[in-house]
Amino acid sequence: MQTVLSIAIDAFAYGMALFIICIGLSLTMGLMRVVNLAHGAFAMIAGYIASYAARDLGLGYAVAIFLAIIGTVIISIPIERLLYRRIYGSPELTQVLMTIGITFCVIGITNYFFGPTLKTIPLPGSLSQPVDVGFKTIAAHRLFVMACGVVVAGGLWFLIEKTDFGIKLRATVDNAAMADALGVRTQVVYAISFAIAIGLAALGGVVGAEFLPIEPYYALRYMVTFLVVVSVGGAGSIPGAVVACLLLGAVDTTGRYLMPEFGNFFFYAAVIAIVCVFPRGFFGRAQ
Amino acid sequence: MSASTDRRWLRDVIGIALIIAAGLAGYWLFPDNLALLTRVIAVALLVLSIDLITGYCGVATLGQASLFGAGAYAAGIACVNGITEPVTLILIGAVAGSVAGLLMGTIMLRAHGLAQLVLSIAIVQLFHEAANKASAYTGGSDGLAGLMVSPLFGMFEFDLWGRTAYLFGLALLVLVFIVLKFVVSSPFGMLCRGIKQDPIRIRAMGSFVFPVLLKMFVISGAVAGMGGALAAISTQVVGLDSVSFELSANALVMLVLGGLGTLYGALVGTVIFMGFEHFVSAINPFHWMTMVGALLIAVVLAAPGGLSGLLDRFSASGHRAKRGKA
Repeated sequence: MQTVLSIAIDAFAYGMALFIICIGLSLTMGLMRVVNLAHGAFAMIAGYIASYAARDLGLGYAVAIFLAIIGTVIISIPIERLLYRRIYGSPELTQVLMTIGITFCVIGITNYFFGPTLKTIPLPGSLSQPVDVGFKTIAAHRLFVMACGVVVAGGLWFLIEKTDFGIKLRATVDNAAMADALGVRTQVVYAISFAIAIGLAALGGVVGAEFLPIEPYYALRYMVTFLVVVSVGGAGSIPGAVVACLLLGAVDTTGRYLMPEFGNFFFYAAVIAIVCVFPRGFFGRAQ
Repeated sequence: MSASTDRRWLRDVIGIALIIAAGLAGYWLFPDNLALLTRVIAVALLVLSIDLITGYCGVATLGQASLFGAGAYAAGIACVNGITEPVTLILIGAVAGSVAGLLMGTIMLRAHGLAQLVLSIAIVQLFHEAANKASAYTGGSDGLAGLMVSPLFGMFEFDLWGRTAYLFGLALLVLVFIVLKFVVSSPFGMLCRGIKQDPIRIRAMGSFVFPVLLKMFVISGAVAGMGGALAAISTQVVGLDSVSFELSANALVMLVLGGLGTLYGALVGTVIFMGFEHFVSAINPFHWMTMVGALLIAVVLAAPGGLSGLLDRFSASGHRAKRGKA
């Protein structure tokens, strides 16, 4: 029973960390139709900034997260204007080529500046101690990740479904030319959603660093995981991403706990089974 | 025979002559790098096989290394177990690759678009884990070593400098290339291109889409499997990296770099990508990734149709200029 509980808690926390990173990618892929393989690269940049701020400058964890998000979004703005804007609406393979190129560049440049070592982001005392929740003690950091995930999911749902910006965004997604003709500034909508997606990648990269450690090849190593999770959930769907992250997180964690020698086997077997049954992902739009 | 088919024949003959000439030039110019050049040929076969299903059928795949690896491991295991004739080993690789292609096609063709891409990734990862787990047959993460290949046709020993392996690989590549030229210009190849452009219309015309695509998967698997077998024979080792996502992704990048839907594009992309990578990592082992990334971005910005598309555009504008003068 104890094992089942600890697996469940780890799986939930891991799934939530995955969700915070992947939901940004899901937005870019589902709403903006860009296969952004460089998404993990932005999470990695954020991890490096946070590690630099918290470890080398001695700033607090909250400040480090804030700096990482702001810094990564600032870095992403020129990249969006100069590179991504040219591949909106291009064939998928062109987008893959461009974003893999960006990933390679980010990896090469971060290696040059920060060296090829694993970067840790020291947790503050309040997050590194265990918390008693009645039936079990849980590491406070796990609870923090879960809370972040729930807040992100709720916030995004509110933003897309309930605000003015959400209406414009959905209009742009459904028919960009028509939305443009009706006075929605689609370029601005795209730029803001891209910034939100990158900000979420940054948040997830820092918060999830305990599960997906920040290292030079982070962007390549987890590129596949993120892409798989998004397509299993259905690109552009928040509930889909939640379900996919929790389910795949559970499969992965359980497999690693009980049969570690099989590695990723169960994860990808589950992916094949799910995609064969739901070819558009759990909550994907009809094409 | 009409004039246009005449011209196409002439162009293909010239193209193949150029490939042979470039291959032989590599042999004379870089006698110390023949192992790398043989590797380029093996990867070129892999890239050609992706071109068949991605460029001609419109099915994007990031898992083609599973077919390459199936060929490599089949040839390697056969070789360790006493079948050491190189041509037989290549055929074994081709058969194993096409069986894997049949399996992969059956699974992948169930989905479309992004889901298809993800299925291909999942398949290559499963192959990778399977090869890792079955270490009794594949050597697991240590790799399958100790391949002793007997001399080609009983006469040409596989030497330390890789001369035999290189020339053998070049001959194989040219042979495969000629066969593929026939395949893609056959009615079957035309049907595949039709499916790429509009599968619904092809279905309305009364053709079945699934068996046609599956057939192309099998052919593509045979080509990739031969590439894997060639890699196994020339390096005498089969490693887990031959069934990796990284190899699949790199090969797809090479194809898009060279240009989809032309067999020449696949070769050009492979040679340029691997040459560039080798060149840059020799100059500066730290920055090669940045440079390769910059190259990819530059290609997307400057030549969206790949490098061979760029050539086509140049030659088209040249033709126009000539016509303008006349």
